[in-house]
Amino acid sequence: MRFSGWKVLSEGLTGNRGWSPHWREPEPRQDYDVVIIGGGGHGLSTAYYLAKEHGLTNIAVLEKNYIGGGNVGRNTTIVRANYFLPGNSEFYSHALKLWEGLEEDLNYNVMHSQRGLINLFHSDGQRDAFARRGNAMINQGDDAELLDREGVRQYLPYLDFDNGRFPIYGGLLHRRGGTARHDAVAWGYARGADQRGVHLIQNCEVTGIDIENGRVRGVQTTRGAIRARKVGIVVAGRSGQVAAMAGLRLPIESHVLQAFVTEGLKPVIDHVVSFGMGHFYISQSDKGGLVFGGDLDFYASYAQRGNLPMVEHVMEAGMTLMPMIGKARVLRSWGGIMDMTPDGSPIIDKTGVDGLYIDCGWCYGGFKAVPASGHCFAHLIATDRPHGAATRFRLDRFRTGHGLMDEEGTGAQHNLH
Amino acid sequence: MRITCPICGERDRREFYYQGDAVALRRPAPDAGEAAWEDYLHLRENPAGTTRDLWYHEAGCGAWLVVTRDTVTHAVQAVALAGDGSAEGGS
Repeated sequence: MRFSGWKVLSEGLTGNRGWSPHWREPEPRQDYDVVIIGGGGHGLSTAYYLAKEHGLTNIAVLEKNYIGGGNVGRNTTIVRANYFLPGNSEFYSHALKLWEGLEEDLNYNVMHSQRGLINLFHSDGQRDAFARRGNAMINQGDDAELLDREGVRQYLPYLDFDNGRFPIYGGLLHRRGGTARHDAVAWGYARGADQRGVHLIQNCEVTGIDIENGRVRGVQTTRGAIRARKVGIVVAGRSGQVAAMAGLRLPIESHVLQAFVTEGLKPVIDHVVSFGMGHFYISQSDKGGLVFGGDLDFYASYAQRGNLPMVEHVMEAGMTLMPMIGKARVLRSWGGIMDMTPDGSPIIDKTGVDGLYIDCGWCYGGFKAVPASGHCFAHLIATDRPHGAATRFRLDRFRTGHGLMDEEGTGAQHNLH
Repeated sequence: MRITCPICGERDRREFYYQGDAVALRRPAPDAGEAAWEDYLHLRENPAGTTRDLWYHEAGCGAWLVVTRDTVTHAVQAVALAGDGSAEGGS
């Protein structure tokens, strides 16, 4: 089934009786070329690109819950390529280019909206830092414009420009930044992978990884043993537990990150806006809800819910920046499990066990990476060589100290990112 | 989340700074080698369940505490002073 304007119109006129499920629900086979553990955005896109770019179709994606039920369906949906350091810079640039062709590629409306991202700054020092970041983005081939205070006012007249504590000096505008519909990204990749023959196995939890003589042989699951020549681990906050099944310890600590949505409002916020003096970023969904988030709660957690101090901080930061949202009622909040690395940058690498690969450490920024993470991880699994855009995402950088990518410049230490 | 400081009593989580896994109390010798230092600095058990981590009562008495707690429920099970020798090691 292909989607098209004509199809939508004709179905609309005939009672929408002609739609079919987006993907099948196959029984797991006993043997696959590649098993991907984790049916989140990154796992699904990995399977999709393995099938599309590398001709591997005897693949299973094993998901312990349901497709789209984890962090990929619960995030603040921001898509951007505004990283500073070599390694991250080329990778997120690659990701944004994939985003820009994604809907056509998947034949699926992921509602990618390049509405522009504005990172605000509130001091001379911060202006210098953003000017430097903008130059790095331009050097990478992406877009950045430094706006002064009046330039920001033109786009965001509703901000509290003269705030006594944090007046607004300007902002860095990244026009190609924006948002996408998170669920649709999962569904689109799932459908695309399924159409190419990939088996999406839901309600199938991996309980063990079989290794013989240093080579992976398959996995044990709640739906029986499955043999595989290659296995990819893409399980975000659960990376530590799944890697432990292969006897690996990772440089990962899982933390909770909260996000919030208000009731639906008429359009008020046209861009993605981030506060420079407190952790707060916001956009408005197409349904009208204000979607916003803050920083980690900053303690190891698998609770999938946070505590009130960070809720309070996020609300305070929002009110400081844009008092107009004060009467909007928060409908819901949630906490996701973030796989935090010591330097705040991800890992796409081999594991030391032949045929076993890992893609993890996306910290609190995995959504925007979904296309490129899958693209690069698929390349690694298929060819045993890193993709050119992900050569620096090495697992051993923490042991050697070479190639650490600490965007915040705070040090490669677990509790600082 | 509230943490009961052995010196100050039960206090709001905001008074405490989170350092991370209590492995921080087992600093290897300077010449222990790359593997020992990677273990100490970066690699983590990262348990879903009981963990022992190090918190600093920065807005209180300034004591370093080893907090035993559940990462799935956020329940705090025990708090001990890091310096009194009863709280060695990590999770």
